[in-house]
Amino acid sequence: MEKGTSPRPRSRNMRLTPGEYSRMVGRASPKSPLRRDVVWAFLVGGGICLLGEWLRKAFLAAGHTLGDAAALTSITLIGLSALCTALGWYQKLAAKAGAGTLVPITGFANAVVSQAIEFKVEGLVTGVGAKMFVIAGPVIVYGTMASWAWGLLYAALRAWG
Amino acid sequence: MRKKDSIVFHRPPSVLAWAAVGGKKEAEGPLGNQLDAATEDNTLGETSWETAESDLQRRAVQLVLQKAATGLAGVDLIFAGDLQAQCTASAYTMRALDVPFAGLYGACSTMAESLGMAACFCAAGMAGKAMALTSSHFCTAERQFRTPLNYGGKRTPTAQWTATAAGCCLLGAAGNGPRVNAVTFGRVRDYQVNDINNMGAAMAPAAAQTLLNHMQAVGTTPAQYDSIYTGDLGQVGSALLCEILEREGMPLPNHRDCGLMLYDRQSQQVKAGGSGCGCSAAVLCAHILPGLAAGREKRVLFAATGALMSQTLFLQGESIPGIAHCVELASPESL
Repeated sequence: MEKGTSPRPRSRNMRLTPGEYSRMVGRASPKSPLRRDVVWAFLVGGGICLLGEWLRKAFLAAGHTLGDAAALTSITLIGLSALCTALGWYQKLAAKAGAGTLVPITGFANAVVSQAIEFKVEGLVTGVGAKMFVIAGPVIVYGTMASWAWGLLYAALRAWG
Repeated sequence: MRKKDSIVFHRPPSVLAWAAVGGKKEAEGPLGNQLDAATEDNTLGETSWETAESDLQRRAVQLVLQKAATGLAGVDLIFAGDLQAQCTASAYTMRALDVPFAGLYGACSTMAESLGMAACFCAAGMAGKAMALTSSHFCTAERQFRTPLNYGGKRTPTAQWTATAAGCCLLGAAGNGPRVNAVTFGRVRDYQVNDINNMGAAMAPAAAQTLLNHMQAVGTTPAQYDSIYTGDLGQVGSALLCEILEREGMPLPNHRDCGLMLYDRQSQQVKAGGSGCGCSAAVLCAHILPGLAAGREKRVLFAATGALMSQTLFLQGESIPGIAHCVELASPESL
């Protein structure tokens, strides 16, 4: 083989510009089927909430106070979500339901439990402990901050009016 | 001989033996019965996905050595790569193989990159026999690049499915196998695609540029090839590649994409198609090389594409650089 001669003739660059390409990508990329996704999310998300309401009624009927029934409902839903996540069912349902399984409290439980399972192999502290809240962490941080902001606003409104 | 960006071999090196290993989903796909081995259990009996991926590589190497009826002592150098950070799967595979090792990272383009490197080393007499090896594993890629396996997420229609597969080729300066006529290492192309769920779109311009460069340098047209294979552009990227080359005045009538060949997109829920180093490696070793060896095809291009993105820079708002490396392969009797 002979050695490359320098300077080499440069190959022709494409005429395509990023602006043109961006339009081509927009045309070529299929959009999410919005109608189907929304119907799935509504039915599954609504179903989970219906289950929650049914649980709350059952706890109330069993003689628990209003506050206790609400807490017991949340705990039961979280427990069920964790179980379904561990068995690999939650992810299968979520692949269809999307926001329907993401938004309710079960979605939050899934985000924590799935991380814990995935990183168990890296140890209880550096794996499970460190990685558990990677997905759910931002929700907690900004959820808490939003409640502070709202609390301050509420206090100001009360003092003012 | 150097021609622009391409290296054209006077005495084309030969692919002496090859093997493709796949996971469960790959075995159920259209190329399932052409794989040399498939595993029912994607853990391969290991406790972590990372070590399972190294096992896939090791199996591919063992199969190649069996087919070539040679031992590791006959291999002068292994070029290997994968998707895991710091080429983890390859490095840990090499613990058990006492052979000089050069790790490569070209994202999903690594099979063409390693094949091209091995061909160059053999043709130049720097290695008597050299190996090219790559792998990917759905579960290692998901936990590194996306979310845990059991996280309830929804894939977008443009997302691709990382293949659980490995491919390995043994090359030599001479032999009776398919020949490597020429290699073109690609230039990075970044057309400002920011969507990590649309890798095909990020890689298509690089594929187009490399194919243009290759055919210009070698002096060929698409019609002179039986097939032009790209690695892992998927449905969206393939459509974009054909559109770009149409605009550049070089339409591709005989284009096939490895990401669309490994799975049945409709029944296997892989959205836009397959991806990962193992995808193009498996299609190369299960379909392209056997086809050339049997004379079903005489001359093909194998252009594997990679999205060289980093999660850090993606989060910092940078777009995704694409790359494609092209290897021209020919059947043994075509010379």
